[in-house]
Amino acid sequence: MADNRADTRVSMRTPLARVKGLGASGHGVEHWWLHRMTAVSNVPLIIAFVIIVAALAASPSYQEAIGIISHPLVAIILLLAVISVVNHMRLGMQIVIEDYVHDKGLKIAAVIANNFYAVIIGVACLYAILKVSLGRILV
Amino acid sequence: MAQFTLPKNSQYTEGKTWPKPASEANLQAFRIYRWNPDDGANPRIDTYYVDRDDCGPMVLDALLWIKNNVDSTLVFRRSCREGICGSCSMNIMGKNTLACTLGIDDCDSDTIKIYPLPHMPVLKDLVPDLTSFFAQHAAIEPWLQTQTAEPETEWRQTPEERSKLDGLYECILCACCTTSCPSYWWNGDRFLGPAALLQAYRWLIDSRDESTGERLDNLHDPFRLYRCHTIMNCANTCPKGLNPAKAIAEIKKMMIARAV
Repeated sequence: MADNRADTRVSMRTPLARVKGLGASGHGVEHWWLHRMTAVSNVPLIIAFVIIVAALAASPSYQEAIGIISHPLVAIILLLAVISVVNHMRLGMQIVIEDYVHDKGLKIAAVIANNFYAVIIGVACLYAILKVSLGRILV
Repeated sequence: MAQFTLPKNSQYTEGKTWPKPASEANLQAFRIYRWNPDDGANPRIDTYYVDRDDCGPMVLDALLWIKNNVDSTLVFRRSCREGICGSCSMNIMGKNTLACTLGIDDCDSDTIKIYPLPHMPVLKDLVPDLTSFFAQHAAIEPWLQTQTAEPETEWRQTPEERSKLDGLYECILCACCTTSCPSYWWNGDRFLGPAALLQAYRWLIDSRDESTGERLDNLHDPFRLYRCHTIMNCANTCPKGLNPAKAIAEIKKMMIARAV
């Protein structure tokens, strides 16, 4: 249903009806809470991520770099970092879209694209880490 | 998309410079937004000169002086002239405030610029259309709601419970905070805005109220409540020194308290 309540040019609804709109959607707290939780988890995970990347950059050979990522603790930290960061990015970007994109169709398209993008980036990163990390075992 | 530029018919032009008063000893210049819905013209910025020796100390005194002595067509809201009615809220020197409680000297400027409250439809000159703003206040149902049989005397609360309303009940609904909020500018049709949410919290935290859960249900929405991104313009601009951003944060904490 197109909600034209706010448009005074086509609607004679009362100001109160316009403000109440379609009512409270009954969600939002999960989004807010998960955004804050991933913000907290990002702090240690990104610090660890930077240390790992520095160690990779400093490693003398390709084999040694693969060795670092193959360490279970390193691989798990990287996987957690990707999950946390990608979720934080998805939630934050959705807020930006809701703030600034007002065209109904464009907004839905942008929210869908945002979710697809986050999932694709996340899965690609997880796959890459797993491939490098488990490569020595699986091959 | 959110609209970042003024529509063509809202872009203002240079207006009229009104004659200086006879005594030029102690003049203060004002640049004031003018718009008349009847003449079809764009808004303009008029320049006025006020004789400080003949005028009271506040910006509202200067506006009244202009209306009485220079240009009787200048339109603005005012009533109590002591910061309790919230009528004369406007944008003075880039900040939303009450013209009656802001001293001309405190503006500390050769040319004091006055505009209507930002991002609201303008009815005329400095008068914005606050219909939606007051409807949002009505939407949070700002009255005591109870199911328990009404007591013979008053609903009682401890002094500590009463003290929780301090910093909330003083709001005069002048709309300075709400119209300073970028989130409200972009989503004012769905975001309730700082003033309405501060009042929502005033009833959420009232120990006598029995509808806390229903009130929270009513706010539980990504737009109604969660458009607040703690930008804090509201707390910065409030002419009564209140902190709507903190009240909104407290509502978010209540949402978490019942969800986690």
